[in-house]
Amino acid sequence: MSIDMSQFHQVFFEESFEGLDIMESGLLNLDMGDVDDEDINTIFRAAHSIKGGSGTFGFSAVADFTHVMETLLDEMRDGRRQVTQQAVDVLLGSVDCLKEMLTAIQDEQAINESHVSEYQKALEVELNGGGGEDVAAVQNDAVEVSVESSSSPVAQENDEKGWRIAFSPHADLLKTGNDPVRMFRELSGLGELTATVDFQGVPGFYDLDPEDCHLSWNLEVVGNFPESEVNEIFDWVEDECDLAIQTLTESGDTENNDAPIEQQAEEQSKEQTPVPAKVEAKAEPADKVLPAAKPATAKKEVAKPPAGKGSGSIRVDTSKIDTLINMVGELVITQSMLSLVGEHFELNKLDQLKNGLSQLERHTRELQESVMNIRMLPISFVFSRFPRLVHDLSSKLDKKIELVLVGENTEVDKTVVELLSDPLVHLVRNSLDHGIEMPADRVAAGKPEMGTITLEAYHRGGNIVIEVKDDGKGLDKDMLRTKAIEKGLIDEETVLTDKQIYELIFMAGFSTAEQLSDISGRGVGMDVVRRNIQSLGGNIEIISELGKGSTIAIHLPLTLAILDGQSIAVGDERFIIPLGAIIESINIKESMLNRVAGRGETFRLRDEYLPIVRMHEIFDVKTAQATKLTDGLVVVVEGQGLRCGLFIDDLLGQQQVVIKSLEANYRKVEGVSGATILGDGSVALILDIPGLVRLSNQ
Amino acid sequence: MASILAVDDSASMRQMVSFTLKGAGYTVVEAVDGVDALNKAKTQKFDCVVTDVNMPNKDGITLIRDLRALPNYKFVPMLMLTTESGMDKKQAGKAAGATGWIVKPFNPDQLLKTIKKVLG
Repeated sequence: MSIDMSQFHQVFFEESFEGLDIMESGLLNLDMGDVDDEDINTIFRAAHSIKGGSGTFGFSAVADFTHVMETLLDEMRDGRRQVTQQAVDVLLGSVDCLKEMLTAIQDEQAINESHVSEYQKALEVELNGGGGEDVAAVQNDAVEVSVESSSSPVAQENDEKGWRIAFSPHADLLKTGNDPVRMFRELSGLGELTATVDFQGVPGFYDLDPEDCHLSWNLEVVGNFPESEVNEIFDWVEDECDLAIQTLTESGDTENNDAPIEQQAEEQSKEQTPVPAKVEAKAEPADKVLPAAKPATAKKEVAKPPAGKGSGSIRVDTSKIDTLINMVGELVITQSMLSLVGEHFELNKLDQLKNGLSQLERHTRELQESVMNIRMLPISFVFSRFPRLVHDLSSKLDKKIELVLVGENTEVDKTVVELLSDPLVHLVRNSLDHGIEMPADRVAAGKPEMGTITLEAYHRGGNIVIEVKDDGKGLDKDMLRTKAIEKGLIDEETVLTDKQIYELIFMAGFSTAEQLSDISGRGVGMDVVRRNIQSLGGNIEIISELGKGSTIAIHLPLTLAILDGQSIAVGDERFIIPLGAIIESINIKESMLNRVAGRGETFRLRDEYLPIVRMHEIFDVKTAQATKLTDGLVVVVEGQGLRCGLFIDDLLGQQQVVIKSLEANYRKVEGVSGATILGDGSVALILDIPGLVRLSNQ
Repeated sequence: MASILAVDDSASMRQMVSFTLKGAGYTVVEAVDGVDALNKAKTQKFDCVVTDVNMPNKDGITLIRDLRALPNYKFVPMLMLTTESGMDKKQAGKAAGATGWIVKPFNPDQLLKTIKKVLG
């Protein structure tokens, strides 16, 4: 029977990467002074699983590497070795190395062997330095033994004609689920078996415990096979029976009578080896099925674009799938009910029909929600990498920083999770590098020596908000301003609100670090972060107080595929405004209007003057009903902290729309972020509110 | 055909074991750790148990000990999946009542061969 092992590889990679994350966070959380056994155990278990899996699925390089880690962890677990910061650092490095190895194998690239051996050496140094066993030596010994035993016994025992076995089980043998009949069956597979049973041990009927084994046997197997094969059969019960094995031809030979038990013990140590040897031999075909590490080197690097780290699959909680199946069941019931109503439709069934349709609507909505739910992942997928990042960077910068994660279970669309990672890393690095001060400066400023960075995620409306908060020095408005003038980004006379000043750091070519470090401040930076967030349909804002710290908040839609929209009418055209962007809708009066020469129309809303965007002009709709501002409606919208009023004919209804890319099907149009197909089949454009607001403010 | 309870916290190993045994015609139920396995073993009688040793919540050796204490599982073959370095694990497993072991890494053929040994 041959099984294609490659079908399990994807799952193996996923769980291994998960295991590595567990190891990493476990190692980071280890408290040197007071190590919790369960913590070490968890880390050990992850390493152990990866070792077991990689061995089984034919990734021997990974298995060998993990073996050394496992040994180290095992000694820590047993208390034979102290947990030191140095050992933890070596293990953390090894986790990285394993990640690299697994990624390489997954992408069918060659493993960077010099890198691996570097880490392996570090591990072995740690292992040997700490008074542990010499692993390299142990491994070498094992190899030698295997060579000896696989060659010599076969040659030696080739001329044997069979074996005589005295087998007398202990009373408890049956209680471990072992059955002498099974062993006899196997023996008879080796050669011709003659079994003589010895009833001597059987007690009288009233003393008989039917669960105990009272029989013993004398067995003779005739055939040409080494003793190790006999031993293998009795391997599981060696401690639960008395066993003596002699060669059949030379029964009575002094050599064997000498010390059967010792020989047995010796044979056992040898007997182990055929098993691993077989594994190695059989692991090879598995390698060939999947062009793994070795063929990849020959294959040139063009092979295949890296498989985007598991972006192809997703792990879903079974309860979510159950809900889904449940919903589909409901839907089917509704459908059959409706078709029953439709079969002989009469007007008096109208109520039933309406009822069915409203059920259908509800079920479709619920189905949609649960399907969307499947794509949702907890934000901890992104957050989990930060403890390591903060640990590494703070020791590099000699800063003392505590990272607090809040709302890790907040769920967000998988695509958003994947694209969120890089911007967040940038923001956290910035906080670490520029935000949090050196311990001495903090103490001087009357703050605790230990700085705090908080990563918090929560839902608000249809959005997820992610905040990166630090209690560092905060943004210096005057410095930002001076800098911006220096760089020619603003004029000396420009008056800016606080918010606008903070916005400056998002401008291309604005870097406030006096000296560029390798941690942040590469010149490109915040502008890229903002662009990434905007491409996800979100926005980013900064709140800061000098001396107290800064908060950067990212607002993102929960999903990128579906949008809650307000459909509006301009003439006979329909547009969709993302519901989240709408502040309010009003009828404006003549008295509110203002016309500013050269800057278009504005209107006063309470204390604010907002520009007006005439939709029918921007999109050139000839059929617009309202051309006088007081005739139509003005929808006040907000994008990237700026507001404006959209002048339209009418508000229609709210609905969820599926976003279709306009760029993919047509081309990019300013002020439009996409399109959707409405219930009647017509196409409506989805407005890009930030884009429109920008247009209006220019 | 005989029914087998396959216990492993690693999904890939569990799938491999389960797929192999199902392919040979056995009925297989999977469990993710010792606690899960014990619950499943109480609701259905299995003809054989194959379990990993290192698992969270309840390890394989404790599982075997707990199962042996159940009247239904007194003589049922129980195999543990263990690494070659785990000699002491073998002893502990035997003491808990394990029938035998399969040494990791193993391939589907070795697994099947061993299962056939105990199930006949």
